[in-house]
Amino acid sequence: MIRDFAADEIDPLAIGAWILGTGGGGSPYLAQLNLKKLYRDGRRCKLIDPLALDDGDAVAVVSKMGAPLVGQERLVDPAHLARAVRLMEEYTGKPFRAVMSVEIGGGNALSPFLAGAVLDIPVVDADAMGRAYPEAQMTSFAIGDLQMYPLTLVDCRDNEAIVARAASWKWMERISRKICTEVGSTSATCKAPRTGKEVKEWGVLHTVTKATSLGRAVLGARAAHADPVAAVLDHEGGVELFRGKVVDVDRTTTGGFLRGAAKIEGLDGDRGSTLELSFQNEWAVAFRDGAPIAMTPDLICLLDTVSGEAIGTETVRYGQRVTAVALPAPAVLQTPKGLEHVGPRAFGYDIEFKSVFAS
Amino acid sequence: MKRIGIDVGGTNTDAVLIDGETVLDAVKLPTTSDVMQGVVNAIGSVMARQPGGASPVDAVMIGTTHFTNAVVERARLERVGAIRIAMPAGASLPPMVDWPDDLREAVDPMSFMVEGGHEYDGRPLVPLDREAVREAAMRIRDAGIRSVGITALFSPLTTECETEAADIVRSVIPQARITLSHTLGRIGLLERENVTLLNAALQGLGEGTVDAFAEALRESGIHAPFYLTQNDGTVVLARVAAANPVYSFASGPTNSMRGAAFLTGLKEAMVVDVGGTTSDIGCLVGGFPREANNVVEVGGVRTLFRMPDLLPMALGGGTIIDLDKGTIGPRSVGYRITSEALVFGGSTLTTTDVAVAAGLVEIGDRDRVRHLDRGVVRDLLKRIEVMVEDNVDRMKTSAEGVRLIAVGGGSFLIPERLKGASEVLRVEHAGVANALGAAMAQVSGEVDQVFSGMGRDAALAEAVKIARERAMEAGARPSSIVTLEAEDIPIAYLPGDARRVRVRVVGDISFSRTSKAA
Repeated sequence: MIRDFAADEIDPLAIGAWILGTGGGGSPYLAQLNLKKLYRDGRRCKLIDPLALDDGDAVAVVSKMGAPLVGQERLVDPAHLARAVRLMEEYTGKPFRAVMSVEIGGGNALSPFLAGAVLDIPVVDADAMGRAYPEAQMTSFAIGDLQMYPLTLVDCRDNEAIVARAASWKWMERISRKICTEVGSTSATCKAPRTGKEVKEWGVLHTVTKATSLGRAVLGARAAHADPVAAVLDHEGGVELFRGKVVDVDRTTTGGFLRGAAKIEGLDGDRGSTLELSFQNEWAVAFRDGAPIAMTPDLICLLDTVSGEAIGTETVRYGQRVTAVALPAPAVLQTPKGLEHVGPRAFGYDIEFKSVFAS
Repeated sequence: MKRIGIDVGGTNTDAVLIDGETVLDAVKLPTTSDVMQGVVNAIGSVMARQPGGASPVDAVMIGTTHFTNAVVERARLERVGAIRIAMPAGASLPPMVDWPDDLREAVDPMSFMVEGGHEYDGRPLVPLDREAVREAAMRIRDAGIRSVGITALFSPLTTECETEAADIVRSVIPQARITLSHTLGRIGLLERENVTLLNAALQGLGEGTVDAFAEALRESGIHAPFYLTQNDGTVVLARVAAANPVYSFASGPTNSMRGAAFLTGLKEAMVVDVGGTTSDIGCLVGGFPREANNVVEVGGVRTLFRMPDLLPMALGGGTIIDLDKGTIGPRSVGYRITSEALVFGGSTLTTTDVAVAAGLVEIGDRDRVRHLDRGVVRDLLKRIEVMVEDNVDRMKTSAEGVRLIAVGGGSFLIPERLKGASEVLRVEHAGVANALGAAMAQVSGEVDQVFSGMGRDAALAEAVKIARERAMEAGARPSSIVTLEAEDIPIAYLPGDARRVRVRVVGDISFSRTSKAA
């Protein structure tokens, strides 16, 4: 099944993707501006159901790679994402049937749309995380031990790189990250091409539709003066973790990542308590008064208490009134193999994963 | 400590004279076309009623909606030259790409995207294309543009490209007024550029306005320091404020909300401040305006300012009604209301005329609006009511009715009963709430500098200490000082754990007579 992606779906997709970004992935705003501009210029995107892909179809996996803070300065240019895809075609000699996102969370949800609009190829309704994560080995494709190379990377200065081979997903991450950092911690990449069969087996399916519908739920709640935070929880079957006010944000940019922690002082029912949200591009672990209460791969999202709008690790600021929520993670991330890739230990926390949603 | 608070709106100039927290006098007079005369009149009026031998005025605080009105009305904006130094990055999103079309057309920028800028770690992205900057400057000069906004990639961390470009522009256009983005904004190229270009479009108006205020004070024989109120409810010396009109954007509403809290004693309520040209709706939380999270839109332009969460409506006492087109606003006759509105013998139908015709308020000559069809008047008032209801509704955070405080000179346009409001409150001096808020404005202390050779906690603590000292020097009572913002950006390419720390504290002005305002 393939259908037109309508212009009025751009905003809901961006809102939903920003929430599923769990604080990272970068704000979709710039990608949204670009996509609207492309639509104004007459370009259109098509959305293809992954189940409609032929097993042998070649699918490009595009993403903007780098630190979100850098992305806010260097902006996003569809031409570079399209160029990364073309470079991959030139290298492999095989044209792509469709393009998909590596992560539905944050700005990268729109990356395949930018490339797809420029190249006029459809976008697959799927991703490889169901959220956002900072590293290459933190994808469902890596959990499935699929081939991790080649990778193409381009920057705005006409620098183009191909990582022809890598010994593992971690090596792919290390090498590509090094190149990315060298070109200023922001770049457009086309990851290892996937077959239709691999997407169907290992992709997190229908996440474009999910993000768009989540965005619509938030917009609907705002219009009806219902609580948008509650709308997010209802839509995703999530739970509220903490309500309060941001009192401190500690950030450092190291190795191309934004790391740090945001401290939130409790309000309402949480008065007297403090929540510390530590992050590595995305929110990784939530500590309530020092004890971990939610952790990756559960989705930890920080929302504006009033508008329900997601707040990113690079935009969280002193004084904001926020609600932290947890949403369930895709099943593939919660398998023992999945946890090796994206559990708390993968981020350096010596904590046994316990889902907020475990009964 | 005796202070005069003045609010210069597009339509009225209000003044209050206060001693400590006691209101000695308050007046509301029409704003004049030269702005200055209205201020002279207002000061003259409150001072004239003081007994002879009364102590002199210690400070004058002026709040003005001039700058934000210019943006909202898309009027009195100066054409700007926009130079972005970031190519080859960001080419698909040129300057003002996310501005509303009508505002972009009003500012009619001459935009240039040239190569240069830095990376986050201080390396150049590509070398600055000085020739391209010079060429841009020449074309800006040839177009007769005098106001220039320059935004370079990562300039909050490396200011070099912007200052160098400014030198080049100045060498080509010696009289140029230049706004550099790093002086106004932080990380976030588009938002910082937006603020820079808004500021550039307003700088001429800023200088002219402050000159006029200074002249007005001289003429009134006042020799006290004079301040302009800022978005956050604090004041800065007017001369400093003139260069950055964007910092005064939301001062009017901030002042009126603080004034409304003071007048009603309410700490939680919604406030609608109806001026002559626009109205603003905001929420009081704990006696202070609720702040907007993240992105704040000004006239439809995205910025990263810290500002009260306000919803502006193009509805004021001077809003022009066009019966042929069936439109209410967005243009206003502004200060010309006393000559142009029907009730004052003019020929322009305004919202005030409709209110007078309906008997909501007695202003001017009611006979001049008797010819208005009753059905038409009723219909117009109903539309205004719906407009207010819609906007109050948009600001609400729960379905429950809120208490709505109506302040400002045009508050008679707010109906007694409103869908969504549990009650509509009006109070004495409500018409001069912003002048009161201005008079009660706080002073701030700010630090924005790079600290190194110490840990983050130590750097923040040191910055807070310096900011507090500065606030006290500016007259703040030590016990009242609170930290408004504290943030830091690590600077990876400098040794010694260097970080740029920005801290802003505010405090009440000390009422003790022995303290001196800076």
